[in-house]
Amino acid sequence: MSEYHDPSNVVNPEHADHHIVTPVTYGIVFATLLIFTGITVAAAFKNLGILNPVVALAIACTKGVIVILFFMHVKYQSKLVKLTVASGFFTFLVLITMTLSDYVSRAWGLW
Amino acid sequence: MDNTIVATHPHTHETAVAAEHEHVALPQHRHHFETPEQQREAGTFGMWLFLLTEIMFFGGLFFAYLLYRNWYNPAFVAASNQLSIPLGTANTAILISSGFFMALAVWAAEVRKKSLLVIFLVLTTLFGLAFLGIKYFEYKEKWDKNHIPGQNFDVREFVNPHAYGLKEEPLAPDMAQKTQVFFFLYFAMTGMHALHMIIGIVLLFWLMWRANRGEFSAGYVAPIENFGLYWHFVDIVWIFLFPLLYLINRHPVS
Amino acid sequence: MSATSSTILNLPDQRTATLPKRTYINNEDGLLSWLFTGDHKRIAILYLISITFFFFIGGAFAGLIRLELLTPQGDLMASDTYNKMFSMHGIIMVFLFLVPSVPATLGNFLMPIMLGAKDLAFPKINLLSWYLYWLGGIVVLGALVLGGVDTGWTFTTPLSTHYLNTHVVTAATGVFILGFSSIFTGLNFIVTIHRMRAPGMTWFRMPLFVWSHYAASILMVLGTPVLAITLTLVALERLVGIGVFDPTKGGDPLLFQHLFWFYSHPAVYIMILPGMGVISEVISTFSRKRVFGYTAVAFSSVAIALFGFFVWAHHMFIMGVSNYSALVFSLLTMLVAVPSAIKTFNWAFTMQKGSITFETPMLYAFGFLGLFTIGGMTGVFLGALGMDIHLTETYFIVAHFHFVMVGGMLMAFLAGIHFWWPKMTGRMYPESLSKLAAVTTFIGFNLTFLPQFILGYLGMPRRYHAYPPEFQVLNVLSTAGATVLGVGYMLPLLYLAWSLKYGAIAGNNPWQATGLEWQIQSPPITENFIEIPIVDHEAYDYEWLEHKTAQEVTTVG
Repeated sequence: MSEYHDPSNVVNPEHADHHIVTPVTYGIVFATLLIFTGITVAAAFKNLGILNPVVALAIACTKGVIVILFFMHVKYQSKLVKLTVASGFFTFLVLITMTLSDYVSRAWGLW
Repeated sequence: MDNTIVATHPHTHETAVAAEHEHVALPQHRHHFETPEQQREAGTFGMWLFLLTEIMFFGGLFFAYLLYRNWYNPAFVAASNQLSIPLGTANTAILISSGFFMALAVWAAEVRKKSLLVIFLVLTTLFGLAFLGIKYFEYKEKWDKNHIPGQNFDVREFVNPHAYGLKEEPLAPDMAQKTQVFFFLYFAMTGMHALHMIIGIVLLFWLMWRANRGEFSAGYVAPIENFGLYWHFVDIVWIFLFPLLYLINRHPVS
Repeated sequence: MSATSSTILNLPDQRTATLPKRTYINNEDGLLSWLFTGDHKRIAILYLISITFFFFIGGAFAGLIRLELLTPQGDLMASDTYNKMFSMHGIIMVFLFLVPSVPATLGNFLMPIMLGAKDLAFPKINLLSWYLYWLGGIVVLGALVLGGVDTGWTFTTPLSTHYLNTHVVTAATGVFILGFSSIFTGLNFIVTIHRMRAPGMTWFRMPLFVWSHYAASILMVLGTPVLAITLTLVALERLVGIGVFDPTKGGDPLLFQHLFWFYSHPAVYIMILPGMGVISEVISTFSRKRVFGYTAVAFSSVAIALFGFFVWAHHMFIMGVSNYSALVFSLLTMLVAVPSAIKTFNWAFTMQKGSITFETPMLYAFGFLGLFTIGGMTGVFLGALGMDIHLTETYFIVAHFHFVMVGGMLMAFLAGIHFWWPKMTGRMYPESLSKLAAVTTFIGFNLTFLPQFILGYLGMPRRYHAYPPEFQVLNVLSTAGATVLGVGYMLPLLYLAWSLKYGAIAGNNPWQATGLEWQIQSPPITENFIEIPIVDHEAYDYEWLEHKTAQEVTTVG
């Protein structure tokens, strides 16, 4: 790069490539998302007991992760962007779980 | 006294930068960034930070939903079954398609194909408008059935579903009133989502106009890329809203 | 340069200092060049004027509160009016003063310079931030003019949603807009710190001021949106009657509090962290010694931000959360006090064996150290579940947060303003008058708020305009202190304004401080640097500074 080693960042911090995702990849992702949509609707009509909401959320999370990784290019981005996305979901989970802990513990056994 | 910091290393970074980048700097290069890469990375990072705020913004609504779905599960089930699965599924497919076209638009900008870029942006917008159209239709249906929470809310269908030809368990009157909570959350969450889509579509029109003038097919892709991030995020919100609102309990009562 | 007997060591000959010809102030002329600027320094000055304006409005409300509390009876104003007084005081002071105070003024001005950058990452968003601040401020003032809001700054449900006819929605809208102003500032800072540091400026060479702002910015970006959705829900509840917080319709009023405090607890760290950053800089400079335990202070800033997200329900111990939940949050609250304590110890050890002098910024920093420690420790008392049951909703709480916010944060803000005034304006303020103001503020503050700890412990409730007669003496002391405090705050306004025209010219580095901002002219040029610096020394490297100044021409200017 240059004689001056730049441990900080000016030019290209983590030498992240401008990887251009091809339309073929997008097509596969698109098809996958539609298939998962079909699966989640079909699963809703089957009585899986306690697993119904679990399956629905699992499928939704999978679809979300696929969109993030491929449509939003996070798979090809720097570690900083990946960390940023993770921290957003971490904080969201803190909000949900810690608030829930109050409601769950209010009536032990009645929840 | 001048402002130069006396560095102990030779001042080579300017020549190094010039050697690294053979291509001409983009006209949109802002002066406070040293390189276009820095500007592009900063822009993407900034957009992701904004999306973090959106995650937390919707987070509050998701928690309220989580709480009341558990407190008033029968009411939520009955109310959710009033939503149309065909319309909801169609909307999900439409929005995913819209996202697909947006991703292709980013690709077109990156490979500098102007007409493809414009086409894909148009398709993104059309599918987005289709989504909103179906949503309007769904909202209107709720209005007609007096299922908008408030003064005129009608619980009769929930108290006596068989009289309306519905295969549901009848709800006790106080639990039937809790269907309003479901509908409030339904309108709040899908409404907030729709608001974000409307803002996105307005931005899309602006981007289409600029793309048509060739502003994004000469290497400057950041606005398309970053708008794409926003649009995909709105898509992800719907990916969660759909099963949570429409698919609570669609299996027959055993 | 050898130490002299003057209070400012190594002060170059001030009489030779001249104002630079071209600065960010005179670079462009005209009101529009200020109103449409992208220059972070100009935006910082715009913010400074704005928050000062709102500070004195909020202060006026404080004056009215203390005036009412001179006598035990509610004789100055009706109880509803009194409720409006403390509500407006809280809303204005928290959202229009404390949250933006250091970040939007000093942070905006200094961060790019400290990092060696020409501007923040998104200058236009910076300007948008300022316009949103004014939009929110005008809406809040609108709520005031229309008749005020009396929910308290905490908008607690179901009072705010079902039992009041005041302008809750207007005030909530104003705060919503202000939230976005804050979010955009934080977003800008995070991107700038990650992506715009000069070559050689590694994370651990950044001034601790920057670390504090980084931590506060994370809180701004992740916490504020939850406030936004909460206020939206309150507005919808009022306007449409949806029932999300209404028990009769199946809602839970406590849900509001969970969502509100999820932001509002990190908010207090948003308010204090930048102030702590200022204190790190001031103490280091006026002890002529590098900050003790740089890494510990840097990591504790981030730790405060992280742990700050886990403790919010300590504002809700008596509100109906479960006992188990209260226990967990109480334990976590003990944890969050640790990083703040680490910082305080590190500041103390910075001063040990330093060459301490007592310029005005250092006086404010000393005030901060003592008062923030008291405020912080009383916070730990309140975090203990048993103590909180007795002390919550009394004046103990009021005293606690005024100690950390006014005795801590406001003193840090004043320390920073005085410390960087020469850099921002090129002028020195009159030192003896500023010292007088600092001491007056300190005395006034203690007289105002120490009695309130006692009042709270004795059981005087907060947010009441009347109280039992046995509490009057302490209340009178508190009001007397408030008057002194008011004088202490008026003085800087007057002499700082005076100094703009008549103050001594400062030169580049009147305090002989380290940091990139002190190596450029005062006031800086618009681009900050003629060439981007290459950083090859650590932060607070006084040996480097001595070596560098020894090589330079010994006149200032």
